[in-house]
Amino acid sequence: MKRARIVTGGTIHDAVEENGKVKLEDGRLLQEEEVEWLPPVQPQTTFALGLNYADHAKELSFQAPKEPLVFLKGPNTFIGHRGETKRPEEATNMHYECELGVIIGKTAKNVKKEEAYDYIAGYTIGNDYAIRDYLENYYRPNLRVKNRDTCTPLGPWFVDKNDIGDPMNLTLKTSINGRITQEGTTADMIFTIPDLIEYLSGFMTLNKNDVILTGTPEGLAQVNAGDTVVTEIEGIGALTNYIRKV
Amino acid sequence: MAIAKAVYNQNLYPKQLEVQPETNEVTGTSQAELSWRVPVHGTVYGAALNYQEELDVLGNALYEKPYNTPPAAPVLYIKPVNTLTPHLSSVPVPQGEEELQTGAALGIVIGKSATNIEVNAAWDYIDGFTVANDISLPFESFHRPPVKQKARDKFCPIGPWVVAKEEVAHPDDVTIEVFVNGKTRQTATTRNLVRSIPQLLADVTEYMTLYEGDVLLTGTPARPPLVQKGDKVQVKIAQIGTLENTIQ
Repeated sequence: MKRARIVTGGTIHDAVEENGKVKLEDGRLLQEEEVEWLPPVQPQTTFALGLNYADHAKELSFQAPKEPLVFLKGPNTFIGHRGETKRPEEATNMHYECELGVIIGKTAKNVKKEEAYDYIAGYTIGNDYAIRDYLENYYRPNLRVKNRDTCTPLGPWFVDKNDIGDPMNLTLKTSINGRITQEGTTADMIFTIPDLIEYLSGFMTLNKNDVILTGTPEGLAQVNAGDTVVTEIEGIGALTNYIRKV
Repeated sequence: MAIAKAVYNQNLYPKQLEVQPETNEVTGTSQAELSWRVPVHGTVYGAALNYQEELDVLGNALYEKPYNTPPAAPVLYIKPVNTLTPHLSSVPVPQGEEELQTGAALGIVIGKSATNIEVNAAWDYIDGFTVANDISLPFESFHRPPVKQKARDKFCPIGPWVVAKEEVAHPDDVTIEVFVNGKTRQTATTRNLVRSIPQLLADVTEYMTLYEGDVLLTGTPARPPLVQKGDKVQVKIAQIGTLENTIQ
């Protein structure tokens, strides 16, 4: 099942996907353009991975890391499907990052790889925008690059784990204004989903609805005000975002 | 005497208390009757390298690899929810580790959503102040986010309470002391912050909104004391109170 949190008629609804439409609790079927989309999950803790695809690390001229490069995000940065991301007018280097989001299903501490999938509730898509103008070499990637208001679209759906056969073999794709600029597969992750759950839960407790954004493959491209950016993952959905000048 | 808010005993929401910041006494009750909870409910952010002496300690390294240049913007990190633990709770030393690094910090508690605020309006967005101990595994490098060092369970004691901002005349000029087993191990003052409280709030909210209940730790002084199993650690901030925890 694909679930969403949406707003219509001045109320927040839990909804599910039915034949490409949004079905509300009362049975109403709405087009995706008719509703406002919220992030499908409200994480307490969100992890993101840097340089977790070998080709992307190479693209940024980095050695692939020996240990996961993890950073954290705050709630300010998330927006839903079809939302607007603010691009500062002064920025010269802003790019998207299409990422598979893993949603934790129950409290996880010291979980072994072999049991990692038992702790997953489902998946979503994250677009982990970076504005590289603000990169500094302290706690890099720093929050000014990675935790800006509106800079992490999440959604559209919370897809149940059981709907996805092998999350480590899904095609990721990004397009700007309809032109495909990024294409890759989750099979190329350096640290797999079970690796990451074992690593993180090995030193801290993960909670229900925490999200792990698992990194992005190569194919970065500049985005500009007015662009429509669609990050898509096979079986999970297509997350649309609009870039707005501020 | 100061007005504070705290979450304690069976209460799930903050209650107002009259407290004595100097002695940690609570009017009309004894400490033994109170079982403390974490007094804040939002996201806890911290500012690293916000004491001038920390930059002085790094010295020329600021101009060398991997840093190349001193920090231009606040150096921020997040203490996630699993790290939060109240006054008088114990902090576990992870298996295989010997020592923990303390991180005495004045915490600004946000009173209402703050987006891109002006320095001279910052006071309006503050609800009050609290005491935090940003515990880490000892680490040297500021190059990568120290998630593995800082995000461990119960690595952010916070409390005992939030003192109303009106009770703290000059938060940019308060003394912070760390005591280990009753002995003074560190003394610092928020006078030496690189970014004052209003400046820090303005620079942070320039790109990220802080919400009601969020906490921004204003920095941890240079040369933090290390602690071991069995140690009693107290972080005392003048006009606010003393946060006490045991290393287990």
